Amino acid sequence: MVAALAVENLSKVYGNGFEALKGITLEVAKGDFFALLGPNGAGKSTTLGIVSGLVQKSSGSAYVMGHDVNGDAFQARRSLGVVPQEFNFNQFEKVYDIVVTQAGYFGLKPSEARANAEELLKALDLWEKRDTPSRMLSGGMKRRLMIARALVHKPDVLILDEPTAGVDIELRRSMWEFMEDLNKKGTTIILTTHYLEEAEQLCRNIAIINKGEIVQCTSKRELLSQLTTETFVFDLCESLPDGFSLEGFEFSSPADETLEVTVEKGQSINRIFTMLTEKGLEVRSMRTKSNRLEELFVNLVRESNS
Amino acid sequence: MSPMRVQWVAFQTIVTKEIRRFMRIWQQTLLPPAITMTLYFIIFGNLIGSRIGEMGGVDYMAYIVPGLIMMSVITNAYGNVSSSFFSNKFQRSIEEMMVAPVYPVTILLGFVAGGVARGVATGVIVTLLSLYFTDLQVHHVGVMVGVVLLSAILFSLGGFINAVFATKFDDIAIVPTFIITPLTYLGGVFYSISLLPDFWQDVSKLNPILYMVNTFRYGVLGVTDINVYVAFGMLVLFILILGSYSIWLLRRGTGMRQ
Repeated sequence: MVAALAVENLSKVYGNGFEALKGITLEVAKGDFFALLGPNGAGKSTTLGIVSGLVQKSSGSAYVMGHDVNGDAFQARRSLGVVPQEFNFNQFEKVYDIVVTQAGYFGLKPSEARANAEELLKALDLWEKRDTPSRMLSGGMKRRLMIARALVHKPDVLILDEPTAGVDIELRRSMWEFMEDLNKKGTTIILTTHYLEEAEQLCRNIAIINKGEIVQCTSKRELLSQLTTETFVFDLCESLPDGFSLEGFEFSSPADETLEVTVEKGQSINRIFTMLTEKGLEVRSMRTKSNRLEELFVNLVRESNS
Repeated sequence: MSPMRVQWVAFQTIVTKEIRRFMRIWQQTLLPPAITMTLYFIIFGNLIGSRIGEMGGVDYMAYIVPGLIMMSVITNAYGNVSSSFFSNKFQRSIEEMMVAPVYPVTILLGFVAGGVARGVATGVIVTLLSLYFTDLQVHHVGVMVGVVLLSAILFSLGGFINAVFATKFDDIAIVPTFIITPLTYLGGVFYSISLLPDFWQDVSKLNPILYMVNTFRYGVLGVTDINVYVAFGMLVLFILILGSYSIWLLRRGTGMRQ
């Protein structure tokens, strides 16, 4: 089966000598919701830039739906929709014109372009703003405009480079729903994000890139199973008594009435509750200290750096 | 959908966008040449021209009108493409085309057609204004239309190359200010080169704008200082050279692709 995206030994050395990609190989299956994660400057945007034709590769190859992005750029680009990290539309154009014009670049008939633009602007809650110059939109609206523009030709593969950066929580959640729905309808989505809960919530497969190299590329389930410890934060109704201990667990108390416990794989959280109850301590609430993927990500990047 | 069909729709889209852009800001694109040329007609044509009398066997006002029309066509065709393409680069909206299946030649043709549209639009406006000051005759309509279109194409290509290499807005003002405007003034807009000493006549013949202005003047008045066939040949040759270079720049992604 042809992969939605296949990248082989892709490397990129910029004019100043910076080696952004060191021969990475990656494959994203059709219909996948895939996350490409990495710290700033890891090579995420360079990879996606090469795939979308905005960055010239130094060597290697990249294919979108089986089409070489250089050898068969026409078909590769027809299959691809791109939402870049930075706003890249004409600030003086109206919202509707931006989307319809993009459809024209993909060869859509004007009637089809107008219908698709209307459908997408309504779905992304921008229809009321269709006659507004894009510079007058809020940050969240601009992000949604770029999503509408990228989808107007109904691509098989959608690249989202930090689509929810700077977007408020409510809007981010509605965008997640939109993306999940899009993926369910068959669009392959490749996402880069700094919000790891976003990747954990949405994606099925994940690649972690650091310093131009792929550190991990596997399913989310497999990746999370590598997590050996997890830290839980307990909010207590009273302060910890002097000489408090929790046999078998590493713990600390960063603040009054707060207990942080590190739980290793295989240990039961029930034991913690039992011990706290025995010591007469009541738990008001409990949460994980950080997102599971975040912990894993930090560990993997730290290992890769060392 | 066939690649050719996609390119045709994309070309129409770019042209429509370009025309919409210069029509939206008509106060900056269409009005200034109208005002400037009206002042030329009043000052050089009416006030000074009435003391000069005839030039090249025709009334001085009638003599300068073709040159002024060509001047507005050339500067506006150049300015439209250089400012629009640079603005696309500056705002990164050029990426909209780069991620789409649009061939470099389609992008170039779209921008050039936009430049020609503005050049012709200002040419028509200036022509209509000139009718208030003088009676225009048409000696050879084919030569008139041909030289206007070819000159607009050539200067649109020039504007495109300028924009590709420009890194800031100042860069797109340098060529019009220091090259195009002086060459236009020295290109026989206001005088016949036959008035110059032999040496300066020969120097003037190195100025490409002289050929465009004189060929257009031939189309309007039937008088010229140069051979119109040579002018057409030069225009076509330079269009081929600049056009090929522009496509090469687009394919490489110069100034656009990292």
